[in-house]
Amino acid sequence: MSRARQEEAAFRKALENLPDKMPRPLGELEQLKKVWEPPKGWRALSAVNNSYIGTFYTGAALLFFILGGVLALIMRTQLAAPMAEVVSQETYNQLFTMHGTIMMFLFAVPAVESLGVLLLPQMLAARDLPFPRLSAFAFWAYLFGGLAFYCSLFFKVAPDGGWFMYPPLTSAEYSPGINADFWLLGIGFIEISAIAGAIEIVVGILRTRTPGMTLANLPVFAWAMLVFAAMVILGFPAIILGTALLEIERTFDWPFFISHRGGDPMLWQHLFWFFGHPEVYIIFLPAAGLMSMIIPMVARARLVAYPLVILALITTGTLAFGVWVHHMYATGIPAMSVSFFSAASMMVSVPAGIQIFAWIATLATGRVKWTVPALFSVAFLITFTMGGLTGVMVAMVPFDWQAHDTHFVVAHLHYVLIGGMVFPLFAAIYTWIPMISNRPLSEKLGRWVFGLIVGGFHVAFLVMHWTGLRGMPRRVFTYPDGLGLNDFNLISTIGAYMIGAGVLLFLFDLARNFRFAPADGEVGNVYGAGTLEWLPSDNYGFRSLPYVTSREPLWDRPELSDEVEKGQWFLPGTPTNARETIVGSPIGSIPQYLMRLPGPGWDHFLAAIATAAFFLMLTVQLYWWSIPFGVAAIAFVFRWVWELDPGRTHDPVEVGGGLKLPVYATGPRSHAWWAVAVLNIVLAMIFACLVFSYFFLWSNQPGGWTPYAVPQPSLASGLVVLGLYLIGIILMAFANHLMGRGSTPATVPLAVGAVLALIAAVAVDTAALAATGLEAKDSGYGAVVYMFQLLEASLGFTLLLMVGFVVARWLGGRLHPERRLAFDCTRQLFYYAAGQGLITFLLLRLFPLVSA
Amino acid sequence: MERPAGLQAEPVATLTTAMTAGAGLLLGLVLIVLVLALFGRPRWRERIGRERTVIILGIGLPVLVLSALLIWGLSLTASLVWPKPTDPLRIRVTGKQWWWDVAYLGGARPRTANEIVIPTGRMAELELESSDVIHSFWVPRLSGKVDMIPGHSNRIYLQARQPGTYLGQCAEYCGGPHALMKFRVIALPPDQYAAWEARQATPALPPRTAAAVRGQSLFLGSACMVCHAVRGTPAAGKVGPDLTHVGSRSTIGAALMPNNVGTLAAWIADTQHIKPGNRMPAFTMPPQDLIALATYLDELE
Repeated sequence: MSRARQEEAAFRKALENLPDKMPRPLGELEQLKKVWEPPKGWRALSAVNNSYIGTFYTGAALLFFILGGVLALIMRTQLAAPMAEVVSQETYNQLFTMHGTIMMFLFAVPAVESLGVLLLPQMLAARDLPFPRLSAFAFWAYLFGGLAFYCSLFFKVAPDGGWFMYPPLTSAEYSPGINADFWLLGIGFIEISAIAGAIEIVVGILRTRTPGMTLANLPVFAWAMLVFAAMVILGFPAIILGTALLEIERTFDWPFFISHRGGDPMLWQHLFWFFGHPEVYIIFLPAAGLMSMIIPMVARARLVAYPLVILALITTGTLAFGVWVHHMYATGIPAMSVSFFSAASMMVSVPAGIQIFAWIATLATGRVKWTVPALFSVAFLITFTMGGLTGVMVAMVPFDWQAHDTHFVVAHLHYVLIGGMVFPLFAAIYTWIPMISNRPLSEKLGRWVFGLIVGGFHVAFLVMHWTGLRGMPRRVFTYPDGLGLNDFNLISTIGAYMIGAGVLLFLFDLARNFRFAPADGEVGNVYGAGTLEWLPSDNYGFRSLPYVTSREPLWDRPELSDEVEKGQWFLPGTPTNARETIVGSPIGSIPQYLMRLPGPGWDHFLAAIATAAFFLMLTVQLYWWSIPFGVAAIAFVFRWVWELDPGRTHDPVEVGGGLKLPVYATGPRSHAWWAVAVLNIVLAMIFACLVFSYFFLWSNQPGGWTPYAVPQPSLASGLVVLGLYLIGIILMAFANHLMGRGSTPATVPLAVGAVLALIAAVAVDTAALAATGLEAKDSGYGAVVYMFQLLEASLGFTLLLMVGFVVARWLGGRLHPERRLAFDCTRQLFYYAAGQGLITFLLLRLFPLVSA
Repeated sequence: MERPAGLQAEPVATLTTAMTAGAGLLLGLVLIVLVLALFGRPRWRERIGRERTVIILGIGLPVLVLSALLIWGLSLTASLVWPKPTDPLRIRVTGKQWWWDVAYLGGARPRTANEIVIPTGRMAELELESSDVIHSFWVPRLSGKVDMIPGHSNRIYLQARQPGTYLGQCAEYCGGPHALMKFRVIALPPDQYAAWEARQATPALPPRTAAAVRGQSLFLGSACMVCHAVRGTPAAGKVGPDLTHVGSRSTIGAALMPNNVGTLAAWIADTQHIKPGNRMPAFTMPPQDLIALATYLDELE
């Protein structure tokens, strides 16, 4: 019988014994409380528990929402009357750049990610997400990085190139100041934090669901977050590469985007929008997921057409990667291409239509109680429909040629983003605050908040469609009198202040009523929802992890709360006297092993500060100062991961119903292996985007690469490079073989040798290119060719650090054939890097010959 | 949409009206279903609360509406991109931070700035280029917008039905005073256009008044001629707008102010306040010199 079958059988057998009505042993609950005890006072900063980090994270996202909103109010004040002089043109240009950037990168994405961190473990009945310190690190890095980024405004060095930062305007020639660097390094850094969060969410959803929760019973929000995380993993690499290319162009003069030197500014637009359009759905899909949870809650009815809604989420996520050119209709792209993208863009309205009518149908089957979440849900439905309809309009190429880059588009994007994401967010805040606070928000004030925000929104943005059609472009700091724009703009400004008043009132209510109490005294299920997050909970999550057979288990089994609270389900205590959660198979969530989770600590916190400081020093061009911070960041990360992989500290333990689980896993079953696998996908996407860049620049050169790629590097050097890569792969494979046979001492030198061979291969390849006289500064060709080498070299550097860590663990007695995660992760990344190196090598050597 | 005045804007205005009406109808439909779902009689709510609603209204309806719309959109796109004009008036417009260089490629090949004169009833084929950052060429009443991208040459077609002045502006954010990068398209009846073209092609006439004579010597003796060209004089700068017939243009500063001696003088002396960040430095000089210089320019008709 295969291991999977055995596990399934053991699990089914255990289920026969559960819920276990026997009284729980004395002291079990106290022990559980003790290991999950959160740090008190200022030490709360070292917390890693999802309810803490999730709340901090949501709070920080709201802070940036307010900071970004203030900028919007200043802009609307400037635009209230024609030729006003509230702010200067320079300031205005910084304001709209910062407003867009903050709302997209520092508010919207972190806000949905934070709700994932806060809600997912409860919805999935996991004790915590699988990498608590990684989410804590991502949060702190985002907070410090984001605040430093915002402060650039006060020194008048904020980015001013627009939130999509088109070169050549943002190149060193036309933006010589450090303004653009703040954007490129600041945002590049925050994207890394978003990816860390996405890895956490993917592995969390797929591996740490409560035993037996199938994907068919997954709450819609978890489905949405799964699609969200997949999109972050596939979409963000494009902008990471793009920002890297532009920063390298600015700093080292590699002409990726300079047309008269063989680069092309259109390359940026493709990379940016290949990320930028999915970004919109990255923000919207989690909000849609929230709606699919909240609407059934307020209607007290099950979601109609659940399978279709899930299908719609997946379809939207997929289509999102095929529509990026609809931001570029006016760039002169051939009519055939824009027509294709026009059709693809329209297809997106089908999954949107499915969801809208599924929500309406759900409302029809239930009886709505008009609470604040219900009001925001209905406002969302109407507003988002309107945004969707104008979306269809701008998907039509000839209309877009008129509407593009005008206030019509400003109106449209706010309809879909505020209507589609902010309204659901408010509904979500009102819904879930009772889960973490011992007082709910005020229903009475909430109605005013709702009226001001939703009313103000439509006052501000409905007329803006006409402002745009009358010829007012976006991103203008003023407009002339006498063009019929005055009244519209004044109305928009009044609406903006109404939104501001609503948000202010909301903050007042929050200050008055929000009392963070995740452990005890929280108000609980005031709206009578049916999903697991409303089980009675404490810092440890739920007392026991229930087996669920439906999507609204609290509606279907009213006694479930009691059973869970009495510890009658899985993992009622802490068998290993540590924080733990159960890891299961990705589809059926059949328990596989008990994962031990880390508790509070400072290493990830200090690593986040050091990382943020490292990027800040680079931005303000204090390059020498960046070195100690970079070293410190790496050192803290090493201290943090040193305690990981504790090995087989315990024999298999009983987790309830007689089910015995191992306390340790290695290889493809372990959550760590999954995380590295996801990281490899991120790296592969970055590489794919660079390959795209190579072919894009090639296709735009009149003679292809022929004028540039002569002379070619020597054949001898090619054979050496090929040989080194192959030697590296063989050494690593042999190291693995020896590890499997139990011989650690022989493994480690072989792994080191493999990494050194890879680094030597990159070095020889780069030297051979340099020997031909090719320079990165010469042309777009030179720049992209050396960029391949730089990318491979950075993998080599990472592997060097990792293999150094493997050596350290071996010397410290922490590496042996059963305790080998450090080696396995290094090996996995090594194979990826070797593969990427070989493809790079073959592409750069052969393509110029073939294409000539 | 702004009242269309050109062949390329008219069908789009029709499309806009149709889509706005259609969007209104669909929104109305969604609202009716929503209101029935929330407050309707049980019979209605029971009907709406089925998976069938989702399939018919959520999948069927969009597919139907969008297919029709797409066919319209694609055929209109094709007709706008490939208008197959016979003997178009060819003009190269180059976007520059923050003004428009206009070079006629046919006929007497006049060169001007920030003002594009076209004859009514004949199609103009514009080659759109950029010499610095990305700009976007947009005359709402005549046509949609097309970007001007360094290293790329894009094309746009304009044909005005009626004589008139049509406002245009840069639609792609291009830094600094992007908001003030405007221009005008002036459509003239064919005979007036021919006369205009002939006048523009001639070199500048010598200054007539005493002030203008003094102004010319100031112009030629200062930094002006480093950046500006006045055909018929030694001034052949290529950085700023060609000023050979600047007096004949209706505006200055990229359609920022009406063109007269006063505004010209103000522009020269205070350009950085009027249009902050623009590439022309302000020149300080005695008032009488300033007036003389402005008079010279004003006479360049």
